[in-house]
Amino acid sequence: MVAPAVELQGITKRFPGVVANKDVTFSVQRGTVHAIVGENGAGKSTLMKILYGVLRADEGTVKVDGQLLALHSPSDAIDAGIGMVFQHFMLADNLTVLENVVLGAEKRHGIGDRARAEIERISADYGLNVHADHLVADLGVGIRQRVEILKVLYRGAKILILDEPTAVLVPQEVDELFDNLRELKSEGLTVIFISHKLDEVLSVADSITVIRRGTTVATVDPKSVTSRQLAELMVGSELPSASTDVSTVTDRPLLAITGLTLAGAGVRDVLHDITLTIHAGEVLGVAGVEGNGQAELVEAIMGMREPTAGRILLADQDISDWHTREIREAGVGYIPEDRHRHALLLDAPLWENTMLGHQTQSPNAKGVWVDAAGAKAGAERILAEYDVRTPSIYVTANSLSGGNQQKLIIGREMSYTPRVLVAAHPTRGVDVGAQAAIWDHIRRARREGLAVLLISADLDELIGLSDTIRVILRGQLSDEFDPDVVTAQDLGAAMTGADQRDPGTVADDLGTRHTEAGPETHGVEEGQ
Amino acid sequence: MKATLDLRRVGLGLLAPVLAILVAFVVTSTVLLLAGDPVVEVWTQLLTVPRPRLVVAIINGASVYYLSAIAVAIGFRMNLFNIGVDGQYRIAAFAAAVFAGQGWLPGPLNIFVSLLIAVVVGAAWAGIAGWLKVTRGVSEVISTIMLNAIATGLVSFLLFRVADSTAGSNVTNTKTIPASSQVPGFALVPGTPNKIYGFILLAALVGVAYWVILNKTRFGYDLRATGRSETAAVASGVNVKRMVLTAMVLSGAAAGLVGMPLLFGQDYSYGTTFQPGLGFAGIAIALLGRNHPVGIAFGALLWSYLDQQSNGLQITVGVSSELVYIIQGVIVLAVVIAYEVVRRAGLRMEQRRVARQLSEEPGSPTPEGATV
Repeated sequence: MVAPAVELQGITKRFPGVVANKDVTFSVQRGTVHAIVGENGAGKSTLMKILYGVLRADEGTVKVDGQLLALHSPSDAIDAGIGMVFQHFMLADNLTVLENVVLGAEKRHGIGDRARAEIERISADYGLNVHADHLVADLGVGIRQRVEILKVLYRGAKILILDEPTAVLVPQEVDELFDNLRELKSEGLTVIFISHKLDEVLSVADSITVIRRGTTVATVDPKSVTSRQLAELMVGSELPSASTDVSTVTDRPLLAITGLTLAGAGVRDVLHDITLTIHAGEVLGVAGVEGNGQAELVEAIMGMREPTAGRILLADQDISDWHTREIREAGVGYIPEDRHRHALLLDAPLWENTMLGHQTQSPNAKGVWVDAAGAKAGAERILAEYDVRTPSIYVTANSLSGGNQQKLIIGREMSYTPRVLVAAHPTRGVDVGAQAAIWDHIRRARREGLAVLLISADLDELIGLSDTIRVILRGQLSDEFDPDVVTAQDLGAAMTGADQRDPGTVADDLGTRHTEAGPETHGVEEGQ
Repeated sequence: MKATLDLRRVGLGLLAPVLAILVAFVVTSTVLLLAGDPVVEVWTQLLTVPRPRLVVAIINGASVYYLSAIAVAIGFRMNLFNIGVDGQYRIAAFAAAVFAGQGWLPGPLNIFVSLLIAVVVGAAWAGIAGWLKVTRGVSEVISTIMLNAIATGLVSFLLFRVADSTAGSNVTNTKTIPASSQVPGFALVPGTPNKIYGFILLAALVGVAYWVILNKTRFGYDLRATGRSETAAVASGVNVKRMVLTAMVLSGAAAGLVGMPLLFGQDYSYGTTFQPGLGFAGIAIALLGRNHPVGIAFGALLWSYLDQQSNGLQITVGVSSELVYIIQGVIVLAVVIAYEVVRRAGLRMEQRRVARQLSEEPGSPTPEGATV
């Protein structure tokens, strides 16, 4: 029998106060796609960092092709033929593909024609469709990812680790990636694929290892397991679902935006003629590829950007010119997209964080004074009610896990009698337990008659929670989609503009996001 | 829970300055060794118990440093680098001295209005930098440095115009403040006729006001929030532009008071010999005292102690008193590094403790809070 391409035995890694990996054991056969699944925080990334030599295991062994390896640094891993494609691309925008690929690997094939020929060869062999002389800044996300894969292959990798590669892709791009992976596999390469999206894993993997709380719980064959079974292995219990029950939508508009326009630096408006209405008890979901204006829409509503034109009505008050503080005091709760930058004072104690954004409101203030006693009592209540796990209200926000930080933020925003809740990516980067709790809170807000604007990149979350879905593309809102009938594929098509009839617009959009026509045609067809 | 946390925090807080002073001790000793100077004698001179006359001088110097450091700290608390305290206090002291010297108002009222003038002039001078930052995005570091230079030129120019120069002396001064408006000192240290500035009370008052405003008011919360994370402050509804302007103006107002103990308690006029460089010392002391009103008091005392004790170096051991600048400089450099090291260590300790306490809770899942 041939030795497996990769074999991990009893890997254990401890960090101060927490065991990230405990007795992890699995093996990967050559020429297969092997998926590692587990919820956020289960220890997948730590494990891959060990395999790539970024971290060192406290116990256990790593074998590649039957050879015991001592990995002290990524360069040891690269020498052993292991390459890693990180979730966040590491490409220099102002360099060409060629320059990006040879950077740091100048010794292999030089930096000139020899390197160019090698890049074109790899691209052709594995169907990556990457051209050496394109400027990275002009490339779309899907191609950038293929450049990253090419970079790894160029360095001679036989084993590729892909860390959450689909997190940044729309459904059509995911399909292309999977075609690429099958191509790599058929050429005899081994792919280790990390994900927490089960449908994707089931469609592409030859073998699946499930990790829960830092340890391997099972290795299963995707042909003999359903996504529900897989999910229960991952979570170790019943799965939460994002769906809501009966409609609570009323005919009382709480947030009404008409003709909202925000001029951009270039010719195109960042937001163009946005019109939407959210009623009491309604969740309006907004889907979109990042950077199409959703962040600006939220900031315009919150008074952090001055709209060029248009009106924003909160119930029947025009809040377009109001300052952020007045808008918040009037009852608009705000869960920002980037909680570390916009929602927390990381170095401040929790009780100062539970008053942030509400520092003028009772019980946090009395006239010009801070009411520390009131704020602390309020903090105790919020933390208890929203199940924020912390030893006390005096530790800093920095010491909490992402899920607990997010629960604090949601608890805070729900605690000052809001009428409207603006939630941008509320479950991004939190574990499944916290995710279920956050969904519950959004459902509760809806039941209690709040108008909720939900912006999310998780299409299942949007479809499950929303009463109405709109797609934002290049600063413009699409028509309404009914979450009961719409599929992720439909939304994906609308998100890239592939569903639009006007061929000129499609070409323009694809031109900026993808320079290659080939594989995209396939995706577009599927989208329609 | 809170008591133990605070103890730990205080311990960590003290660790950094102590480390910094130790590093300064080692570096300075090395410099002395390399230069072939008598190491032991130098430290003996610096560490002898100061004589009563010097004790008074140390306390007086510290009270002036304290005001300066508080002015700097107001900016620091919201990430504003007010390097212009130096220019602000000189131009404010000059304006107050010119007014007070006229003696238009009777005794205490003259003092009060002069203080007000100093505050307004200091605030206005710093306000220029604040206004430039808010409206034109000019870095306050650059504009306050420039304003320092302008203040130096302006004051020299105006001093010449209003000078009350004595014949046969090249010292140029504003008119001496009438005796009824001079602030008497306190004879608190036995063994010397020298007195402690009456305006040490002013310094204490400013320190208390600083603490109350920052820690007990909504305005202070907004200011600290802006300093910790400008983006989060904006999202929470703080008008950051107005905050920048207000903080600069407050910092300048405090800077306006820096020269007052000297003006009303020692010099009684503003002249070419008025003590320079207080603003820059204030930056160092605010860093050392970690922007805390009590920490700054200790920092100011240490600075002033080193100043006074160094005077004897030249005479007793034949080493230039400028050696003290090396000590002070190394302390500041080391303290900046030490605070960052201690801050990170403190964060790691806290994350570990939170993770441990949560995992001890029965039935709760393994926390993932402390993962890297």
